[in-house]
Amino acid sequence: MKRIGIDVGGTNTDAVLLDGDRIVAAVKTATTEDVLSGVRQALREVTEAAGQRDVQAVMIGTTHFVNAVVQRRELSPVGAIRLGMPVAASLPPFCDWPEDLAAIARGAVHMVEGGHDYDGRPIMPLDEGGVAEAARALRAAGIGCVSISSIFSPLDPSMEIRAAEIVRQEHPEASITLSHQLGRIGLLERENVALMNASLAPLARKTIRAFEAALQEAGLSAALFVTQNDGTVVRAKLAERFPVLSFASGPTNSMRGAAFLTGLKDALVVDVGGTTSDVGALRAGFPREANAVVKVGGVRTLFRMPDLLSIGLGGGSIITTDPLAIGPRSVGFRLLQEARVFGGPVLTATDVAVAGGKLALGDAARVADIPPRLREDIFTLAARMLEEAVDRMKTEAAEVPLLAVGGGAFIVPDQLAGCSAVLRPAHAHVANAVGAAIAQVSGEADQVFQGLSRGEAMAEAERIARANAVASGAAAESLALVDIEDLPLAYMPGGALRVRARVVGEIAA
Amino acid sequence: MRDLTLEDIEALAVGAWVLGTGGGGSPYLALLNMRRLYAEGKRVALLAPEELADDDHVAVVSNMGAPLVSQERLADSASIARAVQLMEEYLGITFRAIMSVEIGGNNGVKPLLAAAELGKPVVDADAMGRAYPEAQMTSFAVGDLRPWPLAMVDPRGIEGIVAKVPSWKWMERMARKMCVELGSTVANCKAPRTGAEVKRWGILHTTTQAIELGYAIQAAQREHRDPVAAVLESQRGVKLFTGKVADIERRTTEGFLRGMARLDGLDEDRGRRFELAFQNEWAVGWQDGTPRVMTPDLICVLDTHSGEAIGTETVRYGQRVTVIALPAPSVFLSPRGLDFVGPRAFGYDLDFTSVFPS
Repeated sequence: MKRIGIDVGGTNTDAVLLDGDRIVAAVKTATTEDVLSGVRQALREVTEAAGQRDVQAVMIGTTHFVNAVVQRRELSPVGAIRLGMPVAASLPPFCDWPEDLAAIARGAVHMVEGGHDYDGRPIMPLDEGGVAEAARALRAAGIGCVSISSIFSPLDPSMEIRAAEIVRQEHPEASITLSHQLGRIGLLERENVALMNASLAPLARKTIRAFEAALQEAGLSAALFVTQNDGTVVRAKLAERFPVLSFASGPTNSMRGAAFLTGLKDALVVDVGGTTSDVGALRAGFPREANAVVKVGGVRTLFRMPDLLSIGLGGGSIITTDPLAIGPRSVGFRLLQEARVFGGPVLTATDVAVAGGKLALGDAARVADIPPRLREDIFTLAARMLEEAVDRMKTEAAEVPLLAVGGGAFIVPDQLAGCSAVLRPAHAHVANAVGAAIAQVSGEADQVFQGLSRGEAMAEAERIARANAVASGAAAESLALVDIEDLPLAYMPGGALRVRARVVGEIAA
Repeated sequence: MRDLTLEDIEALAVGAWVLGTGGGGSPYLALLNMRRLYAEGKRVALLAPEELADDDHVAVVSNMGAPLVSQERLADSASIARAVQLMEEYLGITFRAIMSVEIGGNNGVKPLLAAAELGKPVVDADAMGRAYPEAQMTSFAVGDLRPWPLAMVDPRGIEGIVAKVPSWKWMERMARKMCVELGSTVANCKAPRTGAEVKRWGILHTTTQAIELGYAIQAAQREHRDPVAAVLESQRGVKLFTGKVADIERRTTEGFLRGMARLDGLDEDRGRRFELAFQNEWAVGWQDGTPRVMTPDLICVLDTHSGEAIGTETVRYGQRVTVIALPAPSVFLSPRGLDFVGPRAFGYDLDFTSVFPS
């Protein structure tokens, strides 16, 4: 099977064409303001370089949606409907958002009676009339993005589902996000994810349409997939509904790509950019999930995100000598103007690497005055910082291999305490695009079952996960169960059991 | 009496989390409520306990329940205020001021919510000087003060009174049953205290202590100084161990989070080990197998870099931590005090020895 993987980063748009496991062509182009022309360019270049265009699938990973939140652009006002009154009334939706972001995204807030307690009993019966009234008010105000969140909806989503039916009746053109589809226990953090997702809905629609148009213009009849935070892909039509699920696909794809390029499935990966080094952990070829609050654009969220540790160490990190320190400040994308090797005034990690012969870049004569002793001290300090980051990401004391990727990977020494080896995969500069190209399709089920035996509940969860995977574009016969866990809910009546199941498989040809 | 600024309250939240000694729940949701109340123009005054008349009535408030539930049902300033009013109506009294039962964690900020809603001051005192897992682990119980009545409020318009019980243990049992029935989170106004009782048995000036502690950490972070050193200096604390978390084991039994954290030494402690046992809060610490610190001395585990407190629910492998001890309130150092909160109250057959010279 032939496929193209594309990674749309903040600076570069990378593309690779894979035939089976073989990299046929790899190209790097500049990311463009409109995203679309950069993708078009990358598609053209990679198909020309490969001399073939008979690909079956195109996988795109993009930081476009998370950047929209971070940079506060192309967001739409959201109508928030929370079910749970009179509980939690003093902390309404958006209450812990940075004011500049809330000012853009907070279209209207409606709180009505509903929600559940931890034991499955309703806090109050759902106020259906109140939901209908809220929906009519949103429609009248011209607010088309709607988020619905209900207290304890991860245990019982029925009120969110019923409220969505009512909103659809009253406000048919609304795009609706339900919090239980994205988040976990923790009302504010889950609601924040739903609000963000709703706010991105029009941009997601526009962007996915643009990707489809780019494929068509390139004359490709391939199926279009979008990569997700967990290292898998879903059909573009589904991705369009959940833009938040692609927030961390950049680091995820780079980790998955590094795993593929080295053949290792259990390892740590460090992706060294211009300003930061991101360390993540691969388990069975997939990034380990964060189990904690992750801030996105200043907003606390809790949903499926990879566990990453970011430290202020990169190729553009600024070096100060008294006391000796690297970063966390960086010249960033102004490396070509500011760094000493390019005639600038600032001493950066790149300059020291050039002086130490680890890197050939710019004019080495400009950094010949850096004393060897200082160079060594700086390399040692960088190694200490990386060793600590690696150690913090390990969950056990045993040594593990470290895969070093990214433009600043020269700063990673060949030996680090706690690492059995430091590996630098070939094609590391396009690891992201490779990670996108090799992605499989996943399907999940996360549901509370009542009145079933444990075995029946687990079988049912797996069946639902498989059906979801096929709907996402997987070939049914290739699906394998990769993760299943059951959590007895001691307080719920009738022997309730929450089961999470996840299957992964190949893309249907 | 002085007005608290929002900056004071932000610092209080940081300090209360450290004084939570690993438990007490994050003050984040209470802080969010205070930001909103201050934005609406409400203000809270801090009343020195010395300013209380002996016959003044003081409301003692707290939130009771499971931390997981408060993550969903959040915290409502109106409910805690209503609990105070309900007690006034039941007893036919008017409270002069409001105080916290525990300064550590979420409950350290809770009385401010009621105070802001009702326009009453908050007393600069509590009854634990930290956080403890059980209702009888207070200085009021050590002083054998009356445990009843108790007022309980749920925002659905459900209000209850426990009118009389023979002991603090019975109060815990009755209140816990009602709390579970209401969804495992309720606002409580506990047995009221007189001004004389607060002055005799309260742990005084702990609100100010938490605010100063918070400011010390914030200033050190801002000026890139060592925040752990700032905590030690501000609180006359002792540094016990610097290391990283090598292993963490948790289990939930009888409604408590129990377990053990193991640390490997770094820097001057390289080569040494430290073990910390917890029941919601840190209870006992051993260095290389020998008991080094135990309750009622306050055991705090701080992030070595940021100085912020690390809780028993959130501590994880690989974190760089510094273990410190802060002095215990003297009321818990008497033989009777140790019966309530000494190591044996947590199931450790150890004679209490303090890190601090007496």
